[in-house]
Amino acid sequence: MFLRYRPLLLKILSTVLIFGAWEIAGRAGVSFAFPTFLESMAALWGLTVEGTIFTAYAETLKPLAVGIVISAFIGIGLGVWIGLSRKFDWLVSPIFIVMQSAPLAALIPLLIMVYGIGLTSKVFVVCIMAMPVIVLNTAGAVRNTPVHLIEMGQSFLGTRRDIILKIIMPSASPIIFAGLRLGVSAGFIGAILAELKITPTGVGDIITYSRSIADYPNMYAAIFSIIVFAVLFLNFVERIENFLFKGNNKELVSD
Amino acid sequence: MDGIMTTTHAVEVRNVFKNYGDVEALHDLSLDFPKGELTSLLGPSGCGKTTLLKIIAGLLPATSGEVFVNGETVTGPGPDRAFVFQDFALLPWASVLRNVAFGLELRNVPKSEREAKAEKYIADVGLKGFEHKYPHQLSGGMRQRVGLARALSVDAQVLLMDEPFSAVDEQTRRKFQEDLLDLVQNENKTFIFVTHSIEEAVYVSDQIALLLPRPSRVSEIIRPGGFRHKDPDSIRRDSEYLDIVDDIWKSLRTYVE
Repeated sequence: MFLRYRPLLLKILSTVLIFGAWEIAGRAGVSFAFPTFLESMAALWGLTVEGTIFTAYAETLKPLAVGIVISAFIGIGLGVWIGLSRKFDWLVSPIFIVMQSAPLAALIPLLIMVYGIGLTSKVFVVCIMAMPVIVLNTAGAVRNTPVHLIEMGQSFLGTRRDIILKIIMPSASPIIFAGLRLGVSAGFIGAILAELKITPTGVGDIITYSRSIADYPNMYAAIFSIIVFAVLFLNFVERIENFLFKGNNKELVSD
Repeated sequence: MDGIMTTTHAVEVRNVFKNYGDVEALHDLSLDFPKGELTSLLGPSGCGKTTLLKIIAGLLPATSGEVFVNGETVTGPGPDRAFVFQDFALLPWASVLRNVAFGLELRNVPKSEREAKAEKYIADVGLKGFEHKYPHQLSGGMRQRVGLARALSVDAQVLLMDEPFSAVDEQTRRKFQEDLLDLVQNENKTFIFVTHSIEEAVYVSDQIALLLPRPSRVSEIIRPGGFRHKDPDSIRRDSEYLDIVDDIWKSLRTYVE
């Protein structure tokens, strides 16, 4: 009985510990800019009741959704191509390796100069964050398809198309999905960064505005909500993944 | 190609050379594989037996020389040959049923037809009831049965087996060897069987091609005959069986470091 619920109980315990520590630190008065957990939750409740948080997310999710969809399609497409072709690999991979290691914040002024302060720039920021990891993971996964599976496909008369669609893609898809998950979380960072650095809109606006009027509980509520939202969304992506590749996850599947 | 040749030999290998860069893997190798029989390619590691099998399968091109299957030149994989892989080469995301039917799926056989056929071969190899399991839920021996069922279901005349029993445990291997003897008798197919086990080769083969390395060539062809129709248990105690195993070991031992 206890054993069955142990994972769940431990998760609840760890959550309680962290929020407890937050509450204690807030009450102890680490800084006047550090509200307690309960104050922050009350602020979050306030934002929810007013509906502010929903309009904010509608705004924040726009560049995020567009950016992630673009990154996923172009990223997986390019990644598969890189994985299949040596020459294309040499041609294109360096771009993404540089993109992955480039300090994004330094590029933002450049983006604003070229694309202005609208949606386009923000979508770019999300793409720059999300695409490299998706491309590189996909390429690696495609390149590392077990040779014996490809030989099997060839010996049973599979066409090139069959081998790509029925062997390489399913074999690579768990790692492609892992890349997608990393890409989504990087995209979240990008979306918030864009709202803090380009123009304050959506959740970024709540954070910036609350800070400027010293309404710290509201600011923390906004930050907290982003974290919760990101975790829930990534969990959702993982659920889809587990549903799609039942045979591939050998046994241990975390939630 | 005259008529007698084509009816007696399912596969003919003629003057095949294979180089990997500077390394000569196969040197002027010629070999015939009689129809309806099991021929083993036996030799120490690095003797090119798997290379030869992959050239016959059409998975690797020969540097020069020719391979004929039923009198026709091999230019790539064909419907007349099916491959059984050493490491099984099963799709981990596909059920046993889909794995067995996969060869037919790649040949665009309609779903209901290929699944009916797959179910028959799954039952034949003794995996009835496991159709909807995934490879990771099966033991090594069961996985290889899936690989075998897949190769049988495409109904090729020539079955190419690359050390098919080397990744399964000893007891399972013995059972497999006995089953293989039945298969050779009952299915009208030609088997080409790569192995590094002398006992295994002598036990299952109608003909053994002993390959020696650097560069690879056929050093000897042995046809164990006398004990082939005995029952499986007494073969391993047969004196001819034991003598052949001994002779082969004598020719091979100088090549083992």
